[in-house]
Amino acid sequence: MPCRLRFANISKAFPGVLALDDVSFDVAPGSIHAVVGENGAGKSTLMKVLAGAHRPDGGTIALDDETVEIADTGHARRLGIATVYQELHLVGDLTVAENVFLGRWPRLRGSGLIRFDRITEETERLFASLGVSIEPRAMVRNLSIAQQQMVEIAKALAVDARVVTLDEPSAVLTPHELDRLFDVVRTLAKRGVSILYISHRLEEIFALADTVTVLRDGRHIATRDVSDVTRAGLIHDMVGRPVDQEFPPRSVAMGDVRVQVMGLCAGEKVRDVSFEIRGGEVLALTGLVGSGRSTVAKAVFGYRRATSGTVQVDNLSGPFRSPREAMRAGVALLPEDRKREGLLLERPIRENITLADPGVSVRGGLLSLSGERRLATELMATHNVKADSSERAARTLSGGNQQKVLLGRWLQRECALLILDEPTRGVDIGAKVEIYEKLNVLAGMGLAILMISSELPEVIGMADRIAVMCDGRLTGILDNSTRSVSQEAIMNLAVAHQS
Amino acid sequence: MTRQHVHPVVRFLVAARMPIILVVLVMAASLSSENFRTQANLINVVRQVSFEAIIAFGMTLVIVTGGIDLSVGSMVALTGVVAALVMRAMPDASPVLAIGVGFACGIAVGAGVGATSGMVIATFAIPPFIVTLAGMLMARGFAFIICGGIAVHELPEQVLSVGAGFVGGVIPVPVLVMLLVYAAVATVLSRTVFGRSVVAIGSNEEAAALAGIRVGRTKAMVYLLTGGLAGLAGVMHTGKLMSGDPNVGEMWELNVIAAVVVGGTSLFGGRGTVTGTLVGALIIGVLNNSLNLMGVQQFWQNVVLGAVILLASLADAGLRRLER
Repeated sequence: MPCRLRFANISKAFPGVLALDDVSFDVAPGSIHAVVGENGAGKSTLMKVLAGAHRPDGGTIALDDETVEIADTGHARRLGIATVYQELHLVGDLTVAENVFLGRWPRLRGSGLIRFDRITEETERLFASLGVSIEPRAMVRNLSIAQQQMVEIAKALAVDARVVTLDEPSAVLTPHELDRLFDVVRTLAKRGVSILYISHRLEEIFALADTVTVLRDGRHIATRDVSDVTRAGLIHDMVGRPVDQEFPPRSVAMGDVRVQVMGLCAGEKVRDVSFEIRGGEVLALTGLVGSGRSTVAKAVFGYRRATSGTVQVDNLSGPFRSPREAMRAGVALLPEDRKREGLLLERPIRENITLADPGVSVRGGLLSLSGERRLATELMATHNVKADSSERAARTLSGGNQQKVLLGRWLQRECALLILDEPTRGVDIGAKVEIYEKLNVLAGMGLAILMISSELPEVIGMADRIAVMCDGRLTGILDNSTRSVSQEAIMNLAVAHQS
Repeated sequence: MTRQHVHPVVRFLVAARMPIILVVLVMAASLSSENFRTQANLINVVRQVSFEAIIAFGMTLVIVTGGIDLSVGSMVALTGVVAALVMRAMPDASPVLAIGVGFACGIAVGAGVGATSGMVIATFAIPPFIVTLAGMLMARGFAFIICGGIAVHELPEQVLSVGAGFVGGVIPVPVLVMLLVYAAVATVLSRTVFGRSVVAIGSNEEAAALAGIRVGRTKAMVYLLTGGLAGLAGVMHTGKLMSGDPNVGEMWELNVIAAVVVGGTSLFGGRGTVTGTLVGALIIGVLNNSLNLMGVQQFWQNVVLGAVILLASLADAGLRRLER
């Protein structure tokens, strides 16, 4: 069998961690090859080694049976290795064509003038070959995320590519946009380009890839034909043990209505949203990215100004004008983007876990650091945060442990309504189940829980009712007491206004 | 992930590098110059440092929030002139009363200007650099306007004892004030909810706001505090000179920022200590003084000071990379 790309015994160590440990596998020409694994499995490191961003400590890479020493990212591109990272690296204030040729603008001979005619033509040609229609002279800032991703792909292909790596490309796309992306990927593969497709979402792997490689703890576990594997088998390989219950069941007697949101509006993003949540109930709020779910959460929490409508939590009525006011009513919010909105990454766990209420450790007018340390250690034990000391910087924790620190921060307070925005994004399967179990316990204690999530299996597996948003409006609330709502039913509501 | 392999001794040396450098500097200067190691000179070094250090403690808080205050040098002039004018306007009052009222007015003006900058920064989300640049120009302008461009003299004689006097015959008054301010601000930053909020805002403003911290109010407070401390330094400086001079305090903002940076506080915010700033101020003071005693030209002193600031930042950047 011909081999486009061969990883042979690749190892890479960072201080304290062996990120890649003797990894070997082959990628065939024109193959769509998925690479899966939990966080920290080594996927990103492997991609960076291939892209020339990291030098491997040991092992070799061969392209079309020729061993290559990739010196740097520029060298990798010249070799025909293109990488599309999860975060888009585009300049919003330049045009599409300028971005596609970023840093490699063809010049009018002997001058610094860019040949705009050339880059526009070439960009048009690239888009045509991908079956995409984007105006090359448009400002990137004005494009949708999906279009920007296509620009990123075109940028990668502007150099003739033999291997294209796509790192979690689907995270921000709607189902329709995802179909288009799949079409583009298949077009590329048909032309003989090999695709390395990194994703968390197993559904996508079954829909798109022909081969799948599993990494775990930096080691290569298996490379198989997708037709030979099952979802459970893949999860088993990724986690290293069977996961029998992805979504632990919950039997909670629901109490009275604790939260009532009526006609909530917040600018253009949220229009006339109403729902209620009982004590002990988990209400999921889902919909496409950008449908206004997170804005609802922030408006209830007083971080975004509600332009009209009311919010009632137990006996206190809002809309709350600041997070402090909402907190006084017992509202807690675990934000979507833990690193940007939740954690003080460079500060110790102790300061992070006590941030919502540092005053509890005040003794005689001053913060008692020993008291704080004791409290933090206690909270870490309660919420099963794995770290050797409360003085570790939050940055050093895994996604799951970071989420548990945030849970600890909020659950230390008296809480009536807990809002979780994408609570398991970027969290390992093992830690996910722990978070679900925690949710069940909290519901059992009578809290009202609002869970925002894009992961439909999670929504269906965990929620009592499912509220769906589209374009800032609530398009429906589905009863899910038997955990049997179909994904199609949710998607129909999620695109209700668009078709 | 990486730090567990570092030997505790190494970790201590790294953490205490600036105090160690200070001690080494003092020892080297003492060995090479007899004049340096006299008690009078050592006290003189600390006294020279004290005015800017008082401001630098406040500036540390500003920089830890991720901000900057360029107006402090002009504020020294403005508050000093205000205090002098007030004192001169009370010729019939007892000197103690005149000095008390004059100083209070100077400090209040400093705090008021600082609070105004802080509120503009917090409310309109304008970069602190711009707001305090405007404040710097306006404060300097008003310092000249209110005294007609002529330094204010004819102050009560007792004012000299505040700026240039000694407590117990040994400790200069400004040094004592500096130590008191140091203790207070250090405690505020490390041991109060307010100080914790300051660090949280500098570390991640959005996360701080979403945890219920009043970001705007906290920011306004740190500029108010720094303005007040610039006022305190300004009025004491007026005492030292026996005049309210609108020309004083030129470039002080940069010396103050230098002390904070050499003390290991990150200009990106979220990281810094008041003790570090004290050490930073002393390092700069010792360097200046010993170079003076060695007869090094002023031009070269500037080169050395610039190099020290650069090296301190490079060491900081290098260590941060190692930690990752």
